[in-house]
Amino acid sequence: MSEILLQIDGIEVKAKEGMSILEAAQSAGIYIPTLCHHEKLQPYGACRICTVEAETGGRTNLVAACVSPVQPNLVVRTRSEKVDKTRKILLEQFLAHAPDAPALQDLAQEYGADKDRFEKESSFCILCGLCVRYCAEVKKKNAVGFVDRGARREISFIPEIASKECWKCKECFPLCPTSYLQAAYHLTEALVFPSPSFEPASEG
Amino acid sequence: MPRINSPAELEAFRKDIISKRDPDKPCIAVCTGTGCLALGAAHVVTALKEEVKKQGLKTKVDVRETGCPGFCERGPLLVIYPEEICYLQMQPGDAQEIVSQTIVAKKVIDRLLYVVPSTDKDEKIVQESEIPFYKNQMRNLIGNNIKIDPKSIDDYLAVGGYSALAKALCQETPEQLVNLVKSSNLRGRGGAGFPAGIKWEFARKSADKTKYVIVNADEGDPGAFMDRALLEGNPHSVLEGLTIGAYAIGSHEGYIYVRQEYPLAVENAGIAIKQAEEYGFLGKNILGSGFDFTIKMHQGAGAFVCGEETALLMSLEGKPGEPRPRPPYPAVKGLWGKPTNINNVETWANIPLIINNGPDFLTSIGTEGSKGTKIFSLVGKVNNTGLVEVPMGITLRDIIYKVGGGIPEGKKFKAVQTGGPSGGCIPEEHLDIKVDFDELAKVGAIMGSGGMIVMDEDTCMVDVARYFLDFLSDESCGKCSPCREGIRQMLKILTNISEGKGREGDIELLEELAEATGDASLCALGRTAPNPVLSTIRYFRDEYEAHIKEKRCPAYVCKELISYYIDPDKCKACMICLRKCPAQAIIGGKNQIHVIDQEKCTKCGTCFEVCPDRFGAVTRLSGEPVPSPIPEEARIIAGKSKKDE
Repeated sequence: MSEILLQIDGIEVKAKEGMSILEAAQSAGIYIPTLCHHEKLQPYGACRICTVEAETGGRTNLVAACVSPVQPNLVVRTRSEKVDKTRKILLEQFLAHAPDAPALQDLAQEYGADKDRFEKESSFCILCGLCVRYCAEVKKKNAVGFVDRGARREISFIPEIASKECWKCKECFPLCPTSYLQAAYHLTEALVFPSPSFEPASEG
Repeated sequence: MPRINSPAELEAFRKDIISKRDPDKPCIAVCTGTGCLALGAAHVVTALKEEVKKQGLKTKVDVRETGCPGFCERGPLLVIYPEEICYLQMQPGDAQEIVSQTIVAKKVIDRLLYVVPSTDKDEKIVQESEIPFYKNQMRNLIGNNIKIDPKSIDDYLAVGGYSALAKALCQETPEQLVNLVKSSNLRGRGGAGFPAGIKWEFARKSADKTKYVIVNADEGDPGAFMDRALLEGNPHSVLEGLTIGAYAIGSHEGYIYVRQEYPLAVENAGIAIKQAEEYGFLGKNILGSGFDFTIKMHQGAGAFVCGEETALLMSLEGKPGEPRPRPPYPAVKGLWGKPTNINNVETWANIPLIINNGPDFLTSIGTEGSKGTKIFSLVGKVNNTGLVEVPMGITLRDIIYKVGGGIPEGKKFKAVQTGGPSGGCIPEEHLDIKVDFDELAKVGAIMGSGGMIVMDEDTCMVDVARYFLDFLSDESCGKCSPCREGIRQMLKILTNISEGKGREGDIELLEELAEATGDASLCALGRTAPNPVLSTIRYFRDEYEAHIKEKRCPAYVCKELISYYIDPDKCKACMICLRKCPAQAIIGGKNQIHVIDQEKCTKCGTCFEVCPDRFGAVTRLSGEPVPSPIPEEARIIAGKSKKDE
């Protein structure tokens, strides 16, 4: 693996080929906020809170640091007016779904995001997909997945699998940035385990 | 049919087909594309075939079921060769006359001809190519649609089909082919306009034994049907282009990713693949060149986003249709991690033309940055709805007025929306810009894949933006937040504005959301999603302000902001609106002035449409209160004469 030299926030950073901008920044001790990133999981690029400015060949683009590979002579700015503005409005949109999530509130303070800017639609989930991907990639159980698309996208436990796997695992719980998962889990629990004996529903 | 094993055998076979065909033998070519079929073309074909049989002409006349030549507005249509007589809006009942008059007696039937509008003398046009709709086009790609039966490979061979493949495989090296396409300056017709030759070169240079080539036929823009017409009407031209591309890139396996909503395209492309395999244009050792190539077809499951190339790859791999980040580009890491080249149907269909006629064929047409022709589906408030192929560089005005025949019912043009749901709306002041990838981008629109929706003065631009955002909100995959959440919030604001709940600052908030969605989204769907919002704000800001500040919809479209009112001084109590009102919201009777019950009114506009012009009593109101109804005792019309009824 050859070494790549790039600049992040004015600091020369040495990175390995194939690294993401996020990994290169982390290796140099430069902080970039993330919500959907987890070191055990494949980079996903969904929350876009890690959006940074990347300048190459005279062109500047906003890119998601977690899924953008490093390139020689790349100039990265992790904070700029544009980056901050983008992160602020993304946070405001997340806060419409999960206004009390501590992880979001900390970031909201940093970026001056107003949690009441958009009408509340409290699903408590920001669709970061950590639970879905952890269950698929690490646990290889696929007990929780995405359903539907666009504005109707949501996460859902698959009863047939969840009834067998989830009770003894719950490893996705602490990953959730908004605590939605517990609520969802309890809901599913109520549906899948209707009796106190926790017998799986006798379907099919 | 024996397999064709060399270019020489192909030419001999072609000669044989042509020699067996008499160019003077009458041929009735009936469009059986999806549009004409929906208008009853199948019945017309049956009637014609029966009539030919009845009149004992079965061996003397051909009835050919063809692809779509584009003039969908006037379907079902047919062209009679060799005279090229074009009949429009056919009914099965016309068959007898066509056969006995036009075929036997060589007489043209006047009433089935194209009538030039706005001439007093009822000028009629006999020949297809003289009809203004066709005359102002340059039909390099769709020109053969009406001449061939898409289910017949012999028809394609008769018009020179697969000669480009023979030339490419047996006379050119892959590098030469890549250079040919590069020097033709062909830009991808799917929307982004990336140079096809450069894309091919990337894929060619990717070192891997396994590579894939793909036809993107996941045409999802509302109102767009360019790719459908090509794949339905001339599938072999797409297969030929794809096979040439595969040879140039070094791929032995190709896919056609076609949306399942196109059953006829799926059927015809499937037949074409089978025929090409039987003839030896696909399979092992094609035309004796030693090159092997197979094509499989895959049907999409109805997701608009799968037209985006990385989402298409995910879908083809059996995963959810969600885009993946680029780089790595598909040319490096595409289908199942292998180098892959994806081009749109129309791009592939251009390839045989370039190989046969040289790159100058393309570069001699068009503007500096955009060469060749482009197919558009011209729809909306325009007289000649249909599929049009025009040279790049033509003005929007020429497309809408010369080809499209202008706006119906003498209404005023308001805007043209190009580029599908994430395109932009272009106003009158920019109608003279040249159609070109870069020029369209400069005015806030995009070329896209070729959707072109014409809007007249009765269109509300806030409603248009709301409509497209509603579409995108359903069709975003929902993976990345700027797209999913940005579209969600923009749609909410637009809905509020159109319902009279708009607030000061909404326009600025829309602009802010649009910027974040456009800048930070993962794929082109999100990155272009703000276009309908931004372009309508840019050119029609006054309409947004009227909705927000005056609660007024200037085009009288947004139902929450309009009312219908009957002027008591003009109403003659004719009962027409009262009878037609579907909500029974009109109070009145004989000799009694009619009054609309605003509570019951659903604002469908029927009363406004049916009120006789000579009365003009029904008016539309927006941004002002509805006058109180006149007292019941004042509603009686005295001395009313019968003739007013």
